Amino acid sequence: MQKKTFKYGVHPPDFKSLSGGFAIETPSMPAVVTIFLNQHIGKPAIPVVAVGDMVKTGQLIAKQDGFISANIHSSVTGKVEEIGNFLDSTGNLSKAIRIRAEQEEEWVELVDDEHYLQFANQEIIKRVQDAGVVGMGGAGFPCYVKMMSKNIDTVILNGVECEPFITSDYRLMLEKGEQIVAGLRLFMKVLGAKKGIIGIEENKPKAIKALHSLLVGLDDVYVQPLELKYPQGAEKQLIMACLHREVPNQGGLPADVGVVVQNVATAVAAYQAVRYRRPLIDRVITVTGSAVRNPKNFYARIGVSFDYLLEEAKGLIAPVAKIISGGPMMGFAVSSTEASISKTSSAIVFLRESEISSEKESNCINCARCVDVCPLYLLPGRIAGAAKHSQWDKAKESGALDCLRCGSCAYVCPAHIKMVQWIDLVKAKLSEMSKEGE
Amino acid sequence: MKLIVSAAPHLHDELSTKSIMWNVFFALLPAWGFSIYYFGVQALLLTVYGIFSAVVSEYLIQKFRKVPITVSDGSAVIAGMLVSFNIPVSAPWWIPIIGSIFAMAVGKHVFGGLGHNILNPALLARAFLMASWPTIMTNWTKTTLGSISGMTAVSADLASAKAKLLVSSATPLGVVKFLRDKNFVDGLGVTAEQGQEVAHMLMSKIASFEVVQNLFWGNCGGVIGETSVIALLFGAGWLAYKHIIEWRIPTCYILTVFVLSYVFGGIDGIFSVSVLFAVSQVFAGGLILGAFFMATDMVTSPCTRRGRVIFGIGCGVLTVLIRIKGGYPEGVCYSILLMNLTVPLIDRWTLPRFFGASRKRRVK
Repeated sequence: MQKKTFKYGVHPPDFKSLSGGFAIETPSMPAVVTIFLNQHIGKPAIPVVAVGDMVKTGQLIAKQDGFISANIHSSVTGKVEEIGNFLDSTGNLSKAIRIRAEQEEEWVELVDDEHYLQFANQEIIKRVQDAGVVGMGGAGFPCYVKMMSKNIDTVILNGVECEPFITSDYRLMLEKGEQIVAGLRLFMKVLGAKKGIIGIEENKPKAIKALHSLLVGLDDVYVQPLELKYPQGAEKQLIMACLHREVPNQGGLPADVGVVVQNVATAVAAYQAVRYRRPLIDRVITVTGSAVRNPKNFYARIGVSFDYLLEEAKGLIAPVAKIISGGPMMGFAVSSTEASISKTSSAIVFLRESEISSEKESNCINCARCVDVCPLYLLPGRIAGAAKHSQWDKAKESGALDCLRCGSCAYVCPAHIKMVQWIDLVKAKLSEMSKEGE
Repeated sequence: MKLIVSAAPHLHDELSTKSIMWNVFFALLPAWGFSIYYFGVQALLLTVYGIFSAVVSEYLIQKFRKVPITVSDGSAVIAGMLVSFNIPVSAPWWIPIIGSIFAMAVGKHVFGGLGHNILNPALLARAFLMASWPTIMTNWTKTTLGSISGMTAVSADLASAKAKLLVSSATPLGVVKFLRDKNFVDGLGVTAEQGQEVAHMLMSKIASFEVVQNLFWGNCGGVIGETSVIALLFGAGWLAYKHIIEWRIPTCYILTVFVLSYVFGGIDGIFSVSVLFAVSQVFAGGLILGAFFMATDMVTSPCTRRGRVIFGIGCGVLTVLIRIKGGYPEGVCYSILLMNLTVPLIDRWTLPRFFGASRKRRVK
């Protein structure tokens, strides 16, 4: 099948061979997990356990608060040790429940409903909601909310994984293809979608082949190979590539063009939630980078620390200068390995000093390389230039509010201008000004 | 463990301001090498004077302004090189030096240094030199038409002083400029009819394959850096391959000049010339150098895609307008400078349609 793509974008090196060849491993039982209450977009969950309580694996420990929120479950069996502020996977302090784990674990009761596809839509959505499934590609949008979209004709599963280094979705596609397809079927059934597409970048030919072999002879569901280009995995760019539909800007959603996009890992979690009532308590995470001795992919329980995962990957072979939670294009640099992972943590990348750019910003030479790569057709350099001189209107007319923060502009900027941060500043200023205006 | 915490993205493309500038420098080397081969060691010396004085003046200016010294980024080297490329090889040694100092001081640092200048510094220096020392700046050492077979016979027939002036004129652009003047043409021969006849013959000579070939290889009169089309294209190809110049400006510029020269280029009204004549107008003068190395100057060209198209076409229109109607035989320098001034306006008028903007939400 012919590969497709969106307009513009960049070609960073992918570094996926570091960890891509290793099957997903189940690591040892962690001693302690730190489970955050805000692992999703929306309101943080409300704790339903107290310090000293004993909890089982999969037990609800914090319940969703409002429509856009998600349940949180214990990923281990053990005792609630503390409820307080801890270092989260974005490098910030946020509220979490810390649980001291026992080596022998006891699960909450699970089921196995073989005929899960015959459930009423409400039941399917409720099970996904109960299990606390959120978008696992990075945004963490509650999955069940998307499943209630109206007028959807196509579901796209995002297996693009365009961020360099990360191989967690890749391994999942190789190893759990059936569950991914089952998840896709569930989404299609609930949404009444006639078409299902799994979008995968061409640098993962084995994953394309594996999933394609599961879909031979089907005409409503297919694998769409995509050109290797960043940010191919961004929702709007993925829809553009697969269907040539343009999601409206300024708050437009995929549902506005009849599409729902879910990550492949989310599809697996949703399938397990509906069939087994299994809550989302673990995820695949890639521990990688040239500073790591044995880069690997793990089924990591939500809330394990970076320290623990690094040890499972046999530690460091070189001094690490930067630890990135997520991919290097949009991920967060963290200040300590005491940070813990969440439902949206797809990778931890340990980089050596020689690999990170620490150039200072210099004068913009107006080369327009940022303009030439911006996947949303914005003028990033013009925004940054306007922001430096507090020209907020000029920044706005250059597209500041539409930015998806993919960082392509900053990646190519020869003057090393921190485009994304300037654009963030503009967004903050404009929202401040509009509040003052009200 | 000492960790660096900084904002995303954590990876960066290899290209930096410095490497862009040095790539441009390398791209100019073939043209420089050719000019040394063709014009002799003086072309080497004048260019070295230009580069050296540009670097020294940038260093001194930055020292004086108490700002970081950035001469190693290569932008001063390129400016000095381009200033020298715009000077005839017969010029005295102080011409490139004054030009480069002017380019750095008035062209660049008055505005605040790299990235802030409104006009291309090298072209501004050329305009300054042209206005100050016009004879020096147009004193070509080689002639284009004189070397062509058959031209000697023509010049023998043309006894008048005017005719001598014509044939000794170095560039096809210069010749065409003279031929557009009806009084000049009428005075060429004994009778006005004879004059017309000679003029038409000269026009067809310029449209000959031989002239086009000479222009392409660089066997013609002109300033140091502009003569060899092939050497310039070689460098431009390198820059395009490195994604340092983008196709829109040079393509639109050259196509516009080609089309307008074909339509309006003749001396007998519109569509009175051959395609080959239009090609000679593209290869002649500073168009190739200007289109690939000066109009594409990042600092002084538009950042929007549509803006680059408008900018390229604008340069082309002005170039042909100056060549046909203006007082100078060549218009590349002034056309780019004039278009430089319009860049902020062009950018504002050509703001792109953002992804997803003004598309109606789907209603079922």
